[in-house]
Amino acid sequence: MSQLAQAALWSLVALPAVAGTLLATNRRAERAAAPVSLAVAAASVVLSVVVAVSRPTVAVPFMAGVDFALTVDGLAALLAPMLAVVTLLVLTAAAGEIRRSQARFHGLMLLFAASAALTVTAATLPTLLFAWEIMGAASYALIGFWWRDAERVSGGLTAFVTTRSADLGLYVAAGAALAGGAGLTLADLPHSSPGWRHVTAAGILAAALGKAAQLPFSFWLSRAMAGPSPVSALLHSAAMVAMGGYLLLRVQPLLAATGWAAPAAMWVGGLTALLLGAVAVAQRDVKQLLAASTAAQLGFVVMAAGAGTVAGGAAQLVAHAATKALLFLAAGAWLTALGTTQLIGLRGVVGRWRIVGWSATAGALALAGIAPLSLWATKDAVLARVLEQSPGLYAIGLAASALSAAYAGKLLVVIWGRGPRRGDGDQAEAGRVTGLQQAPLVILAVGAAYAGLLALPPVGAVLARAVGQPGGFHASAVELAVSAVLALAVLLLVANRRVPEPRWALRWLGLEAAVRVLVVRPTLRCAEALARFDDHFLDRGVELVSAGALRLAGRTGRIDDQWLDGTVERLAAGARRLGQLARRPQTGQLHQYYLQAVVVLVAAVVVLVVWG
Amino acid sequence: MGLKPLLSLIVFLPLIAAVALAAVPRVGDTVARRTWVAVAAVDLGLIAVVWARYDTPPPGELAFAERAAWIPGVNSSYHVGVDGFSLPLVAMTAVIFLACAVYALRERHRPRAHAALLLFLQSVSLGLFVAADLILFFVFFDLSIVGMYFVIAGWGHGNRAHSALKFFLYTFLGSLALLVGFIGLYVAATPHTFDMAQLAATPPLQGRPVAGGLVLAAILLGLAVKTPTVPFHTWLPPAHTDAPAVGSAVLAGVLLKMGTYGFVRIAMPMLPQAWRAWAWVIIVVGVVSVLYGALVALAQSNVKRMIAYTSVNHMGYIVLAVGVAGLVAADTAQARGVAVAGAVTQMVSHGLITGALFLLAGVLRDRAGTYDMRDFGGLAAPAPAFAVLFAVGAFASLGLPAFSGFIAEFQIFTGSVAAAPVTAVAVLGILISAALFLRALQRVFTGDTTGRSIGFADLRARELWSVGPLLLLSLLIGVLPRPLLDVVEPAAHAVIGLLGR
Repeated sequence: MSQLAQAALWSLVALPAVAGTLLATNRRAERAAAPVSLAVAAASVVLSVVVAVSRPTVAVPFMAGVDFALTVDGLAALLAPMLAVVTLLVLTAAAGEIRRSQARFHGLMLLFAASAALTVTAATLPTLLFAWEIMGAASYALIGFWWRDAERVSGGLTAFVTTRSADLGLYVAAGAALAGGAGLTLADLPHSSPGWRHVTAAGILAAALGKAAQLPFSFWLSRAMAGPSPVSALLHSAAMVAMGGYLLLRVQPLLAATGWAAPAAMWVGGLTALLLGAVAVAQRDVKQLLAASTAAQLGFVVMAAGAGTVAGGAAQLVAHAATKALLFLAAGAWLTALGTTQLIGLRGVVGRWRIVGWSATAGALALAGIAPLSLWATKDAVLARVLEQSPGLYAIGLAASALSAAYAGKLLVVIWGRGPRRGDGDQAEAGRVTGLQQAPLVILAVGAAYAGLLALPPVGAVLARAVGQPGGFHASAVELAVSAVLALAVLLLVANRRVPEPRWALRWLGLEAAVRVLVVRPTLRCAEALARFDDHFLDRGVELVSAGALRLAGRTGRIDDQWLDGTVERLAAGARRLGQLARRPQTGQLHQYYLQAVVVLVAAVVVLVVWG
Repeated sequence: MGLKPLLSLIVFLPLIAAVALAAVPRVGDTVARRTWVAVAAVDLGLIAVVWARYDTPPPGELAFAERAAWIPGVNSSYHVGVDGFSLPLVAMTAVIFLACAVYALRERHRPRAHAALLLFLQSVSLGLFVAADLILFFVFFDLSIVGMYFVIAGWGHGNRAHSALKFFLYTFLGSLALLVGFIGLYVAATPHTFDMAQLAATPPLQGRPVAGGLVLAAILLGLAVKTPTVPFHTWLPPAHTDAPAVGSAVLAGVLLKMGTYGFVRIAMPMLPQAWRAWAWVIIVVGVVSVLYGALVALAQSNVKRMIAYTSVNHMGYIVLAVGVAGLVAADTAQARGVAVAGAVTQMVSHGLITGALFLLAGVLRDRAGTYDMRDFGGLAAPAPAFAVLFAVGAFASLGLPAFSGFIAEFQIFTGSVAAAPVTAVAVLGILISAALFLRALQRVFTGDTTGRSIGFADLRARELWSVGPLLLLSLLIGVLPRPLLDVVEPAAHAVIGLLGR
């Protein structure tokens, strides 16, 4: 049994990875793509249940003395099946929606899901980083899937580079963990030496906040909306963004051990829930609204990790996954049918596609935190723990809950609003929503409605025990009642009044613009300056040195010619002239020789007299 | 013992083939090209045999060692052998040359001379990596420069004469500094010798910081020019831009490694004290190379120049790791060993990935006559296979997990950060690399099909079969690194031990 379970764990990652790679690189697999991908996804669901029950661990030696290790603990046992089910449902809907480049699409989606499955089960830092970065790269390829549109590719680039900048934290964390002496196994990180433990926690925190689109990284999620709707459905619900929250839940003991990282996570999560909630309220595009709400809802998961309630965070993750996958698939269905995701164009869509409309309504009500639907219970499970530690942050959390009721209400008002009157001809022209697109919505709607059970007494106690925090749920009846009333009140208010749309929130707090001005542009300018320095200074320097050497050689040559050789020539000429002079006295006439002898004698006498 | 001359056979087989190709005038072009492929394949097969039979030799010794008297007057012998540093590089060299041989199956310009010259270069490169004698090493080092000069000058394009001459003079001057350092080692050793094993076993110049520092400076200068590190890198971009695709692949894949290999083979084990004293200088040069190379690459619009600068960046990681290895402290020995193992992995990884990228860049010029990204757009439409391979190469080069670059960089970063936390600044290099490669992909391959992309023919079989295996091998190392690391790690930890002396 245990060998079978281990094989199942390897296959849970390897099967979609291999199938995905083959599909993505094989252009002839177009027709087989969707069936193969659905079969693999279905098999993954079975495998995930097997490993969730049997809880195996597998490891092979990897590098730096660390294993490539996968393990299924209580947390992973909850999330792996959730991931597999959501993947299957999203791929089913995509089979009805994506018509071109199916092989590439399904291949990349399977790779994306495989990397998420590996993230969920990773037991060591190198394994985690391995999965983490592949997930980012797959998201790049999926967001920029329709690559003829440069804007979409650029959205993928923003997503990848932003999340990778946060991922750098994991590289540093790995180094700190190696130095800390407790090893690179995730479970052992809290035991490393205190100084290094701070660095490890900081690195992991940064990486997780990046993927979870928390402040200040949130803006990449807005750009990620350029991807096809099924991509958003998976990216926001179960993979990528959710994995950021998941990582913090997994390393919660490490965060708690440092003293500062847990409160920091709590505050970042709370502020993100509040501010991105406001951003969501201000949006006019349903996908942008949902994107901002993802960051906000993940804020509650991050808060949970900081506040120390792993079970509450996990329940919130699962409930959010069902809700958000549902809403994005609904948005995708409307997009294919109507060609728009602008809220203004979605007026009255419930009446036209009833199954989509009713499912989306269930999702939106859950998102609003209406009792007894899922996110109401899970959010309160988190907030109850926050209240024990910081009443101020609890107030922020309540305000964020109110905002989620507001943006969900805004969506509900639109889709239930009175649609434009049209003639029969228009009705015929409107697009079709296929059965494949509708079936997953119903299942997800059930999940969005009932996942809250995970955070309520009988099931919740089991979950809390499974993640190693027995008695983990603290929400009192009063707290539950307060939030239920608050959500309902805000929803009613929104139904009757126009929601304000502040500009600062519409543009996602200006985060991307700020990063462009403060980071991207200076970096590019610095790069150009260095390139100029390289060409005009370093390279020119080398060229000048060589030119200088040539000039030196030329000058040496000239010195050789003019001075050395010239001196020799002059010496020779002088000698010749002396020789000619020496010939002068030899006239052959005797009287002149006598005269010369007399001159020499006189000169000799004078010399003798003077020096004598 | 029947395997005794195996390494010599591996080294000189290509040379024999080169001489035969050059000497027999009747050989047809097709025969010459195919001979090259066959010889490269056989050579790779022989190396596979060596790898299969390789057992980590005891410290200070080499596997498959051969020794013969050569210049006894100065105690220099023909001494070759392999260990955990050289074997992976020998294998990588043979793979790159085989890929080049396949790529050049359609070479039209003087294919016989081309094949002979590249076979000669293969012998020289293999010889350098197995050399266990400084003079032998130096001879191969200089011959590689000569060979590459003729490749660029003879088969290059653009301003090839100038680029080739610049490459030759610059690296040749560097090699002279290297020779000065070697002579310094020889003079300081008692008894005088050029034998690497002896010099590493009893390092000369211990306890003589000034002389040791000067000798190390000479050797470092020579290796830094060849590697190249900032600020000695300016010969690299023009050499790559004007070299033929095959020349660029060999230059980046194999010749640059001669510099980095020199660090772990010569400088670290033979001058441990001086290395430790100058470790921070080396680290700074490494970090500067990482960031400078990445930033300048970001500003390029010429694909080949961009890849050339990413080579400066990638070599920077290696220099950083070997520098960190010199920060001797008892409790970081494990971390520094990890860094050095990462450095050697990076040498192999960079060879495979950058070799593939340069061959792909050659396709751009072959079809469109330019490397300028601004001349392309939407290239994925007419050339999907080319787009996929280039994207895979780009992601491999930016250190994506599941490719060899991640295995290398993860080890380098973890080891370096653990031994010297301030080196964490170098991780910014992989962020900038990500940005620059994704920008390049976006400019060249996505959007509307415009400019030179129109009518661009997709990859041909020989191009696919030369580039594909390189990337596949990088993938294999990335997913299953153990076979490589099992060879590298003992040597890495051994050199950490040697540095502690």
